[in-house]
Amino acid sequence: MRIGIVCPYAWDVPGGVQVHIRDLAETLIERGHEVSVLTPVDDPGELPAYAVDGGRPRAIPYNGSIVRLTLGVKATARVRRWIRDGNFDVLHVHEPLAPSLGGLACWAARGPIVATVHSSVERSRVLATGYYLAQTVLEKVSAIIAVSENARRTIVDHVGADAVLIPNGVRVNRFAEAAPLRDWGVPTVLFLGRLDERRKGLTVLLEAFPLLRERVPGVQLILVGPGDPDEVLADVEPDLRQHIICLGRVDDVEKARALASADIYVAPHTGGESFGIVLLEAMAAGTPVVASDLDAFERVLDDGRCGVTFPVGDHEALARAVGDLLADPERRSSLSDMGRARVRRYDWASVSEDVLHVYESVITGQQKVEEDLRGQIVGRLARRGRGVAP
Amino acid sequence: MNGWWWLALGLLFVLLLALYLSMTAGRLDRLHRRIDSAETALDLQLLRRSALALDLASTGVFDPATTVVLADSAHAARAAQDDERGSRGLAESNLTRVLAEALPDREDVDELRDDPEAAQMLEELRGTCVRVQLSRRFLNDGVRACRQVRKQRFVRWFRLAGRTPWPETVEMDDTPPPGLAPH
Repeated sequence: MRIGIVCPYAWDVPGGVQVHIRDLAETLIERGHEVSVLTPVDDPGELPAYAVDGGRPRAIPYNGSIVRLTLGVKATARVRRWIRDGNFDVLHVHEPLAPSLGGLACWAARGPIVATVHSSVERSRVLATGYYLAQTVLEKVSAIIAVSENARRTIVDHVGADAVLIPNGVRVNRFAEAAPLRDWGVPTVLFLGRLDERRKGLTVLLEAFPLLRERVPGVQLILVGPGDPDEVLADVEPDLRQHIICLGRVDDVEKARALASADIYVAPHTGGESFGIVLLEAMAAGTPVVASDLDAFERVLDDGRCGVTFPVGDHEALARAVGDLLADPERRSSLSDMGRARVRRYDWASVSEDVLHVYESVITGQQKVEEDLRGQIVGRLARRGRGVAP
Repeated sequence: MNGWWWLALGLLFVLLLALYLSMTAGRLDRLHRRIDSAETALDLQLLRRSALALDLASTGVFDPATTVVLADSAHAARAAQDDERGSRGLAESNLTRVLAEALPDREDVDELRDDPEAAQMLEELRGTCVRVQLSRRFLNDGVRACRQVRKQRFVRWFRLAGRTPWPETVEMDDTPPPGLAPH
């Protein structure tokens, strides 16, 4: 099958959607399909062989914040050329409601189009984006996939369309086979995510840390993720500070190895998470999870059976949960086993199969993805310019 | 002078209306096209399903009674093809029920898998049943979106849908057989 995938955000900026697309594309290629990914990128040299440069993103104020988008005449021309040359059986657009390359691709193409919605948005934001615009974009889409129940609800409630739930995938083997970074020699708790992003909940963990040190002397904290440690840890007392190790931003391999080296992974997020891919990564690495009881996390942890949850923002409960678990190696190993079993269903090997079912359900055999010139004066002129009868 | 202004305003109104109508007609055309291809896709998957059911019946892995009933319902589903949609839905739902009877649980299906030929067909059938369900879902979603536009006042007044018949959803029981449920 020839599959064209459109990535909405810059390839060389870390983000969940980009990782999703990379893993999906690579899994599909491993399965013998031909995949081309069109993506904005700052440095085209960074692109893997299967990706095509969709232009450099520009910073544009949108919806109260600065977002980096690829729009404009040039981008439109690139999208059209990519669709023309691609001869795709199916076009897979990500985040079609964001004003980006994905939306452009929907406008420029017709035929079997699949769209994946990643984020859940508030109604007001959907309306701000332009209800009419969203409607006309989604009308061309033959099938919508949502990666989480919250994302699905966004589509069903706000746009009125149906969406198939296919959860995010994890490349399980990558994490399961990772060798521990090192033997720390002391009980080790790991945090993953931007240090300075409030909703990742590092502050909750830092509040819990002194209490935890009282319960489990010798325990240390490892922080993995971008952000300035000096700024974030400014209020931490010096004798506690020396038990906190910052690894900074790491690549996927290092991340897997760091997870494998920790006794417990803590996800103290305070909200805004629609899925919780990191939890799955920890489970794939066999690291027991302690997480705040967000809906998305409860679901991933099978209603709390495959991990320990605590009330969102409650640092005392967090310290208690981590302390109890560190004192109970048997429970840790049973959680590890259950996590490894649970995460199988989220392996890209099986998730990609569900995605392929969706592709095959919209492909009819005769009709391929082609350029849509209907109602576009510029497009019609361009076609005439190329010497094809209008 | 005043008259000219009114004329200009009237022209502007007509122009805007024309623009709106042409855009909506374009939307409708896209939606009808989407429904057409969704129908083709569903048709394709249903045909594949009945073909697989026939093949499976001919392998002889089932007892004689099941073989006859399965082959019969698969034939009926294929024959209902060019008939009215309602009767095809019934025939396909009937095939769904027979498949559920023939493949009631995983243990039975595992036994059937001892036959390598049947094993491959069962695997294909499993995927096809999932795709039948998805295709119908996507078709009905397209029908819903199309109806929404066609109900609009301007669309009805100006007959933007032309002679295209009112889109109908496809109703049938397409539950995959319990024996082929994912692990």
